Order: sequence, then structure tokens, then C-alpha cells
Amino acid sequence: MAELVAKSPCAGLLPISEGGVTVSEVDPGPITAIAPFRGKEKTLNTALTRAHGLGWPAPGQSDAAGDARIQWFGHSHALLMGVAPKASLANHAALTDQGDAWAVVRIDGKGARDVLARLTPLDLRPAAFPVGATARSELQHMQAAITRVGRDAFQVMVFRSMAQTLVHDLQVALRAVAARG
Amino acid sequence: MRLDKPGQIDRSQALRFTFDGREYGGFQGDTLASALIANDVRVVGRSFKYHRPRGVFSAGSEEPNALVTIGQGAASEPNLRATTTELCEGLVAQSQNRWPSLEYDLLALNDLFAPFLGAGFYYKTFMWPAKFWERLYEPMIRRAAGLGALSGAPNADHYEKAYAHCDVLVIGAGPAGLMAALAAGRAGLDVILADEDVRTGGRLNAETVEVDGRPGADWAQAVTDDLYAMGNVRIMTRTTVTGAYDGGTYGALERLSPDVAARTGAPRECFWRIAARRTILAAGALERPVAFQNNDRPGVMMAGALRAYVNRWAVSPGKTVTVFGNNDDAHRTAADLLAAGVHVAALIDARPEASTDLPVRFYAGAQVTNAHGRGGLEAISIATLSGIDKVQTDCLAMSGGWNPTLHLTCHMNGRPDWSPALAAFVPRDGAVPGLVAAGACRGDFSTHACLSGGLEAARAVIRELGKRARKIDLPQAEDAPYRISPLWAVPGKGRAWLDFQNDVTVKDVKLAATENYSSVEHMKRYTTQGMAPDQGKNSNVNALAVLADATGRGIPETGTTTYRPPFVPVPIAAMGAGAQGAGFAPQRFTTSHQVSVDMGAPMIEAGLWYRPSYFPREGEKTWRQSCDREVGMVRRAVGVCDVSTLGKIDVQGPDAPAFLDFLYTNMFSSLKVGRTRYGLMLREDGHVMDDGTTARLGEHHFLMTTTTAAAGQVMKHMEFVHQCLVPQMDVSFISVTEQWAQFAVAGPKSREVLNGILDDPIDDDGFPFMACGPVSVMGVAGRLFRISFSGEHAYEVAVPARYGESLFRLLVQRAEELDGGAYGMEALNVLRIEKGFITHSEIHGRTTAFDIGMERMVSAKKDCIGKAMAARPGLSGPEREQLVGLVPTGAVKKLTAGAHLFDAGAAPVRENDQGYITSVGFSPTLGHFLGLGFLKDGRARHGEEIRMVDHVRQIETTCQVVDPVFFDPEGGRARG
Repeated sequence: MAELVAKSPCAGLLPISEGGVTVSEVDPGPITAIAPFRGKEKTLNTALTRAHGLGWPAPGQSDAAGDARIQWFGHSHALLMGVAPKASLANHAALTDQGDAWAVVRIDGKGARDVLARLTPLDLRPAAFPVGATARSELQHMQAAITRVGRDAFQVMVFRSMAQTLVHDLQVALRAVAARG
Repeated sequence: MRLDKPGQIDRSQALRFTFDGREYGGFQGDTLASALIANDVRVVGRSFKYHRPRGVFSAGSEEPNALVTIGQGAASEPNLRATTTELCEGLVAQSQNRWPSLEYDLLALNDLFAPFLGAGFYYKTFMWPAKFWERLYEPMIRRAAGLGALSGAPNADHYEKAYAHCDVLVIGAGPAGLMAALAAGRAGLDVILADEDVRTGGRLNAETVEVDGRPGADWAQAVTDDLYAMGNVRIMTRTTVTGAYDGGTYGALERLSPDVAARTGAPRECFWRIAARRTILAAGALERPVAFQNNDRPGVMMAGALRAYVNRWAVSPGKTVTVFGNNDDAHRTAADLLAAGVHVAALIDARPEASTDLPVRFYAGAQVTNAHGRGGLEAISIATLSGIDKVQTDCLAMSGGWNPTLHLTCHMNGRPDWSPALAAFVPRDGAVPGLVAAGACRGDFSTHACLSGGLEAARAVIRELGKRARKIDLPQAEDAPYRISPLWAVPGKGRAWLDFQNDVTVKDVKLAATENYSSVEHMKRYTTQGMAPDQGKNSNVNALAVLADATGRGIPETGTTTYRPPFVPVPIAAMGAGAQGAGFAPQRFTTSHQVSVDMGAPMIEAGLWYRPSYFPREGEKTWRQSCDREVGMVRRAVGVCDVSTLGKIDVQGPDAPAFLDFLYTNMFSSLKVGRTRYGLMLREDGHVMDDGTTARLGEHHFLMTTTTAAAGQVMKHMEFVHQCLVPQMDVSFISVTEQWAQFAVAGPKSREVLNGILDDPIDDDGFPFMACGPVSVMGVAGRLFRISFSGEHAYEVAVPARYGESLFRLLVQRAEELDGGAYGMEALNVLRIEKGFITHSEIHGRTTAFDIGMERMVSAKKDCIGKAMAARPGLSGPEREQLVGLVPTGAVKKLTAGAHLFDAGAAPVRENDQGYITSVGFSPTLGHFLGLGFLKDGRARHGEEIRMVDHVRQIETTCQVVDPVFFDPEGGRARG
């Protein structure tokens, strides 16, 4: 019997590298959107901490514990990444599988911030956007989720269907920044 | 000519360039303007209206005359200022607005007709016949009057846009800006220092003044080195801040240096959006000319510019120079020229009390009344108390005083204040929130005042931002008082230019006043003063002073026109960088995209998505052949179609059923778990917004589908409804469109295909029409929905998107084995028209549930959005255009979407309009064209013959009105 073959969103498109900045695809593992039911924010926070060692993130924040990461994802929404959610979380929040919905890439290198400055209006200075900070913003014409995962490293998420445009826009910015030397 | 002194050019790096095809030489550090002056090129362009020969006038971005086209072919760029164009090896520059050549311009005839071409001449002259205006007069005037032209070819150059953030933005890197940046940087603030010049220093590069006992330019370089070393100061040279906007945001245009721009992938220019908590404007001042007869002759230029050419670039535009002014800068100019070894023929000071120690022929209380020499200045006339003197000269430097460069302070509706002492406008504090002006742009003209002004402004900003200022010693510098006696226009005959770029003279402004265009805004539009690319930088204050005089009002009462962004011209290519061609919007590709393309399917856009139009097979020559086959395939065997682009919204929560009841016209709380229902959604105004099926996956868990194009709109609508109308409801929702790859499997053999891939086969009892539920697809957890948009026994099967491509391949292969295959949008459309199913062609925003025959779907048992508004009079009833089916009966067997409907025998004019056609298709199942459309009282008119007229495509036929469901009206095929 034939088998279904999995394909990642940026298959065949990444990695790319220019001027010391590299863009590579990230396998984020499971991604689950969590949206607390009315009045369940506190119990959810407790349940999350007990199950995954991570509390509910403040707006614009992300956190990690072992393989598990939690990332603020807009009003009343967070993403649990890297691990499957404990089933008991469903008592406190709506859980929705998003593991195939997003193209997730990592931009690494000294000029990473300069590359992103071509594409997003976010203030990415370390004081304003330290490691762990996350934002829903725009990347050229796409809506995106941008997270600082290291001093010179960012994680960018866009709709899976836009992976090709994402890589194209990053490639143009990468070249332009590299050309300035 | 090049002077025998060092200047700030690198003589070890010789550069070659061409101007109008002739080759010239210059040095690294030259601008095109300084290089042209070095080569004694006096005429560099022709004026806008009169085609008068013109020479280099200034040394900055305010240049009105020396506009050139740079480059060749598609990438050539017109109207660039030679004064800000860096010279580079192989530069190709062309003059503009002349034919056949710069020396012999046929349209210079305009100059002879000048008496007839004054302000407003075309309003008066070309009044009739009215229809001649567009066809004849306007094109003629536009050809005669103009600047450079675009190549007309798409520009292949790369442009860029970017964002920057800082605590303090310092605009201008002259003495004030450098001091401000130094203080703010030392206090630990993030500083951006932007300057439009290629190097920092501002006027210090152009003057011979000293700072702290060394040449000003050296001091500027030392401070700049300090700033670079700090790490928290970013110096952006070649960057003009073009506009001030809300929230501390500024637009800025960066020109990359020619050697960087030439590299692969590098942009030519970058448009920055800079967000700053505070801004210090240190933009300096612009020198203003004096209006006198023929003051536009090549060789007449600004005194400050001449000092810049002599001191910075070591060139002189003349061998025998005269200087004319109403302030001490005239004397400074003469001194610099003498020091550089240039002969000064005369120094003319309009102030009677003036005196000089300089060894030059000196006129006090005199005025230049005329400039002679058509192709370039040869002599000037000077009016003295004893009569007219004529002096031979090939270059006249003039200074009418300085206007603070306060433009940015007016970009948010601020107005400047008039300073009688300076005879100039000065910026008003607080005109742009968070911005303070310092130095010359605030009216502090001495070097000392600029240095201390910059430092003071920075100290205030540092305090406001909660930092402590470090101690900084104020450097020593000259603090000469600014002594000026206003002189706007020298009285006399002839034309005296105010606006060089748009050819507006003193006469024109006076004429405007005479004809009652006495408001400064009216005068501007009547004369076009200040409407050229320089935005009146050289002419504004002079023109309104002349207007004030002509109308007998003071200058403050007359006021200024409005300064608007951008401060310098910004190419659209830079603002829209990255958005050319396909960059206009993101492209969305389904998981089956590559497979469809490999199968030869032409892709069509649906919103941002790309979907296959049809899948051509061997021997098929037209799309219709493929489409007909695909329709037949679905009706007789099985077809596979990617429907992942439809919006999918996951709705969860205890109040999810109530929320959907409120959102949809029909009931969803009564839907059983494991079942799917078609739903209709209204806008608040009662018109249909969207439709689709919603599946109940659990007691408190639904999956809604929307049409492809309306997915975003529906999501937005739901957010609005939840946040504003029913915030008490405990419900949450999130898009899962991208999570699932979903494929329609439609046709009598659809179950056979599915049972080949499902781990647990299905049958009619276990999975009847409108059932839904989780399934295992070859070991992958998926979802199955028994829904049909074709009217056939059909399913939609969904798997996580990573498996989409693989499942599509497999489904198509299995379908092909059963005489079926993939079908595209064309076939999908025909299939749904045969069934009378609507799309956004029908629910286009102006139709109601009544119009589409679904008023019974508006539940009487509950309220829903749009219900009350849909009940308004006029939104239902026989006068409404109602959904009908149409089949052609005339000689022409074709229907067209967009055609209008008329009663048989009625004239096909708007007054007789009975309705219109929204969707058409050729039905291979029924053997003729089908149409869906809206017809007045249509449901009562089934059977009637009606006339179709397509006024656009010139097609006319008769057709019969029928029920919109053409095929299998009982729906037995989908259930069976």
C-alpha cells in the first residue's frame, strides 16, 4: 500500500545565505493554538505550568522550558510549540492544531536585524525587542509572527501558502544588505 | 575653472564623465555641478516655460536650474540636480527641455513671446472652443513647457525601503547637528544623524571659518570620528529627511554612493521610515536671491554657493566675479574669492551705511539693475546715486539674506513666525510634537550660535528622555552678528525672476495681485510659483514679499503657502520598493500547486491564491474541450479538485452554538454532532455577506467554511461581532485554512476512490449525505465531509497540509484509474451553474436572501445579524431583481455574464432594464449554454421569453426564463 509523504512548507527553498546571514527552515514540532475559555485564564495558567513548565505568556512575550515553547499570538491566543499539549488543557481552553499552518524560518547572523529592517516596521533594537520578545506584525506584505530567539537570531512565521513569497522577499533583502558591505 | 588650491577633492582619483555626449574630466569628491564648473560649462539647462539658457545656481538640493537626466535607456532618471549628483567614473548626463540641442533650442522662441505668456495666459488664451483644450492646447503646452522625461520603459533598477528606530533623530550634520548628536550620543541615547550631503559638516565644508582654532571641516571630521566610535550613533549621510509624520515618524530618502549602488543586488536608493522619540532639526538655512532684470542669466548664482565651489571644490565659475548683497555675507564672499586668487571686479552692497576694508571696487547703497549676455553673463548694470555703472563680469554672486530651512516644522499644519530682525520666517516651537529646531534653521546664523544651539537642544532632549547629559565644552567659533536690510526686488523694467524653475517673475506676481489673486495661496496657483520640483525653496519668501508689497499688506499678514512633504523629490520606485510586478502582493500556493503545474494546468488568481483553470489532455486544443471533458468526468465517473483555498475557521467554546445562531440566518444549535449544514450569513445592513457549510465536530466545536475570496472578510466580521456585539459569549475562533489540505472527490465513483485510501471504508448508512467526521487516511488523521458543490455524490477529504501534495497525487491517480481525474475551476464553475449554486458572482454585496430565493433560510425562531435590516421595505417583493435561470432560445446560442435583460420588444436602454446576467457556462451535460442572473420579479416569470443585450461585447439574443436549478432538481444524485 502507498503511503502519504510529508513535505515541509519551505522544502526546496531553504537554506539561503548571504553576507553572513543565513535563513533556514525550522521544524517547530507540534504547534497548538491555545485560547482560554471565559474566566479560565488562571486555571489554564496553572494547568499549563503543571503540564509543560510554562505559564501563559504576557503580550509580546515567549518562553521556553526544555522542548516546549509558548509564544503569545495575539489577543487571547498563544501557541504551544515543540510538544503536544496535555489533553487536560482542553478543560480550560480551546486547542487547535496549527502544526501544518505556518512556514517557520530562522534568520541568523550579525546582519539579521538589518535584513528584517527592510521588511518589517518593528523596533528590533535589543532594548525594545530582547531575546524572547515576539510580535504579530507585517513582513513586506505578509502578516507574520516575529520572535527574537537569540542576540542575532529571529524566528519568522508566515502562512504556509506564502512560503515562496517569504523566501523571495528575504532573499532580496539579504542581497541588498550584503551588497552594502 | 579649477583653482590652484586643495579643496575637499581627491586629485589622485581622476574621473571621466559625459554631458550631452561630450567627454569631460573631474575628481573624486566632485559633484556633477562642480565638475561642469571646472570644465567651464556655463549653460546646463533650459528653463521650464521660456526655454532661457540657465547655469548652476546653488550648491545643494534646492537647485532650480541644473536639472539633468542621468543614465541611459530604461534606467535613465530625469530631473536630478547636478548639485547633489556625485561624480563617478563613466557618468552619463544629459541636459533637458531643449530641442535640438542645448545651444540651439527652437522653443527659445517662447522667450520672444514672453509678453503674451504671463501668469494665467493659458486660462485666458485657450478658452474656446472648449473641446480643443484636451486634444490640442493642453498637449501643445505640455510639450513646450517641461522638464526631463521618463524613458517609458520599465526600470530594472533595484530600490529599497527600510525602517529605523532611535531615541533621537538629528536632521542635519552641520555645526548644530554635530553638537546635538555628540551630546545625545555621550548621554547613551540611540541617535540617528542624517544629512543629505555625502559628508558631515554642513556649511563648515563650504566656509573658511575656524572651530576651536582649526578649520571647521577638520573639526567636523574629528567629531564625526568620535560619533562613529560610540556605537550608539548611526550616521546616515546622503540621506534627506523628506517629511514629518504622526507619532514621531519621519520619511527619509537615502541615495547610495555610486560605487555601492553598482554592486549586484544593491539598491540605488532607499526610502526610510524613521521612528524617533525626539527629533532635533538642524537643517540649516537657504540663501535667497534678489530679483532684478535678467537675474537668471548663466553666471548669476548664490553667494553662499559660490563660496562652497571655491572653498570645497576648488572651482570658480568665473574669472572676473562681482558680488551683490544686502548683508555681510557679500563681504565674506569677496574675501574668500580674493583669498583663493579670483579677481573680484566689484562688491555691491545695497546698504547705504556699509563699508569695507577689502581691496575691491566697492559700491555702498547701490543695486544691480540688469544682467547682460544671453548665453552667459558678460556684464551687469549697477544703479548708484550718481547714475548707472556698467561692469564687465562673467559671474555675479548674490545674497538676499538667509531663510531658515524650517520646512519640516510645517509638515503637520504648523505655521512659521515672521522675524523682522532677520527679515525671515522662523519655526514656531511645538509645531511638530517632539521636534525642536536648533542652529540656523531656528534663525541662529553664527557658527557659535549654531554650536551652542545644538548643544542646548540636545541637553533638553536628554533631560526629557530621563538621561544625564555629560559635560561637553562648547568649541570656540566666530559669533558675528547678522546684519541685513531687506531687499526683495530691485525696481525697474524687464523681467526679474523669483521662481527660476517655473519661470515666475515679479511681474507675474504683481499681475496676480492686480487680478485679485491676492491671497498667497491663490497667487501661487495662478502664477505656479513654488509648484516646481524645488517647491519654491528659492522663491517663496521673495514672492510673498513682492505680493505683500503689491497688495499693501505686511509680510506676516500675507503669510506663507503650505510646506508639504516631500522636502526633495522622492522616486515612486523607492516608496513602493519591493512591490513591482508580482511583488505587488504575496502569492499563495496550495500544496497541490506544483503537481497541477506539472500536469500543464494554467493557473488563475483567486484572491491571492493560484488555482488550476483546467487540466489539458492530449488532443485537446481549447480550454472548452478540457472543461467539457472534466464536467462529464464528474457526472459519469469521478473528479478530484483542490478546495483548500476555501476559508476554514475553527469555532470552539460553550457558546459556540449560540454564536453561530447569531451569525448565520439559519439554526446551528440544532445541528447534530457529526453533521454538516449549509449556512447563509448577512451583513448588518441585511444583504448577503457569505455562504458555506459548517460542520459540527463536537458539542462545542464547529468548523466553518467560507468562500475563498471572503475568508478574511468573514474572519474580521466574526471578530467584530464577538468583540462588540456579543462580548459575553464564551467562544473563540481561529483560522485553520492553512492547516488542512482539502480535496473534493466528486462523482458516482467518489466512494470507490475514497475507500481505496481510507483505513476504514465507509458506506451510505455510516456516512450519509451531509455527514462529517474524523477518518484515518492511510494512517494519517484526517477529516471527511460528505458535501457536494457539483450535485453529485461527493466528499471533501482533509489531511494536515504536509500531506497535501502526496494525497492529491494519489487521489488523481486513483480517479484516473476509474476514468476520472483532476478538474479545475472552469469545470467546477459549470458544475455549480448546472445545479444553480451561487458564488460571489451572485452574492455580490447588493443581493438579499430574498433575491437569491433563500428568504426561508432566515429563521423565524431567533434573531441574527442583518435580520431586522433585511426586513426593511424595498429589500423584498416583486420590484426586486430575483435569481433566475436562463437558456438561450434565439439564433445566437451564447449567453454572456454582464449582459443586461430587457422585455422582448423593448428598446435596450437603461430605463427599460429588467436585470442582468451574473454567471454563464456551456453545459456539456445539457448541450447548451446556461445562465444565472437577476430579473425583476423573476420567480413569477419562469417560461417567459426575454431579450439579452451585451452592450460591451455587442452580443444580443433571446432567452427563456427558467428555474435556476437546471440539473437534477430533486437532488437525488448527491444523496444516492
